[in-house]
Amino acid sequence: MNNLILGRYFPGDSIIHRLDPRAKLVAAIYFIFILFIANNWQTYLLVWIFTIVVMRSSNVKFTTYLRGVRPLIWLILFTVFLQVLFTAGGILYVDWGPIRISSFGLINGVYIFCRFVMIIFISTVVTLTTKPIDLTDGINSLLRPLRKLKVPVDDFSLMLSISLRFIPTLLDETQKVMDAQRARGTEFGEGSLFKQMKTLVPIFLPLFASSLNRAEEMANTMEVRGYQSSKQRSTFRLLRWHLRDTICLAIMLIVTIGLVVLRTSGVGH
Amino acid sequence: MQVTFKGVSADYKLGPIRSPLVLQSVDLNVTSGAFTAVVGHTGSGKSSLLKAMNGLLLPTGGVVTIGETEIKAGKNKKALKDVRRKVGMVFQFPESQLFAETVEQDICFGPLNFGVSLEEAKERAKDVISQVGLDNSILTKSPFSLSGGQKRRVAIAGILAMQPNVLVLDEPGAGLDPKGKKEILSLIWRWHQTRGLTTILVTHDMDDVALYADDVIVMEKGRIVLHGKMREVFTDVEKLESFHLEVPEARRFQLKLERESGITLPRVCLTVEELADALIEVGLA
Repeated sequence: MNNLILGRYFPGDSIIHRLDPRAKLVAAIYFIFILFIANNWQTYLLVWIFTIVVMRSSNVKFTTYLRGVRPLIWLILFTVFLQVLFTAGGILYVDWGPIRISSFGLINGVYIFCRFVMIIFISTVVTLTTKPIDLTDGINSLLRPLRKLKVPVDDFSLMLSISLRFIPTLLDETQKVMDAQRARGTEFGEGSLFKQMKTLVPIFLPLFASSLNRAEEMANTMEVRGYQSSKQRSTFRLLRWHLRDTICLAIMLIVTIGLVVLRTSGVGH
Repeated sequence: MQVTFKGVSADYKLGPIRSPLVLQSVDLNVTSGAFTAVVGHTGSGKSSLLKAMNGLLLPTGGVVTIGETEIKAGKNKKALKDVRRKVGMVFQFPESQLFAETVEQDICFGPLNFGVSLEEAKERAKDVISQVGLDNSILTKSPFSLSGGQKRRVAIAGILAMQPNVLVLDEPGAGLDPKGKKEILSLIWRWHQTRGLTTILVTHDMDDVALYADDVIVMEKGRIVLHGKMREVFTDVEKLESFHLEVPEARRFQLKLERESGITLPRVCLTVEELADALIEVGLA
């Protein structure tokens, strides 16, 4: 519970912190796409160097990023496992009927693993270095063109900022309720799976109840202060695009070019 | 039951934020069978002290002893279960822990976890619900349908039903109206008296301390800076004020009166009744 760093913001003043949230968002999403260009060790080395440089320049400790990977490690390993089993070709190392491990399978497994980890690292960079409020402002501004298609962009971003705002609150409350039930003799992570699931009821029910209450209170206070979803709203904080944001996107393009060059010149499949 | 701390230090961690040393080498010997009040400012470590008594906050150094059971750094699952059976803990706003379909089921939750039979647990539920001043008919209702004050009582009943030897409470009256608060505290005091419990109460209200406590613990920055008999603590007003703590209303009135009239009352008055008696004695009322 305490290791969850998703949606947490680490205050700081690094170059990454100062980038415009729109630039960061676009760059991060773009990065996930160009990751799929990589297909040999040269290209993976390039994206790894890029990822590590970005992580270093965010001034957040490396262990913090590792903590972001930890909750997903089983999902990643499972996917890697399937890749290893179901990719054929190259030298066959193990051949036990349906279970075959080949060199291509192993290489592919490593690549998939790297891809997952880098995606998590880069998205963690964005959430750790951007205030949640800036993040939603950025998303709002990026989605603005959709307004013409009658998509309720403002409502959407408001929903997002409210949910982000309540993540820490909810975590603290979960901790509190868990402590309270522990004091009443519940033991978490003990016994059979069914038993463990049963111990979750005394945590989730109070959390649901209080979340519903809070949502209602929140809606009321917003209404009292004159909030109307249909009205066009101006923003207090204005996002400003600087030269460094353009440079950031330019670097992304350079990485792309590097990837394409290395890919075609590399061995590949 | 004996509650002892020997050189206990502890850290508190939530997400990336780590507050080092919420408890700093605390030595404490709670008088068995006494009603002890813990006072101090927000963030002085009061709640952490309570959590350490229940093994919810494990010490990084030192030993907490409850009865015969010791809690130390590292894993000691059996000791924890044992300690939690002995120490009943009422959290701040305990109504947020209610979850079951009926009040009865919720009250039985704790006892059942500690291996009490179902019949016995139901028997205890009936007993405690009247102890907290609620009607038996409430047992079949959903806890979510009750009023705030009723929920609070049900939550406290859920702890009392565990029949702990040590009762630990974190501001049980917070957020209630004065009357409700008074009722909650007096029911806790009654339970403390009849069962011969060792009770530890965190509070901000010095009048509550004056009314119920035998001993007072003053905390500051994760340390215990004062631990003594309630009357002695409130006699030395200057010392209390150096910890930025108030004195009970009656005592405050006494001090002001003594300063302005020059008459010294025969003894330290902590409650309105004591004050009235003293005033009659010196002929001011």
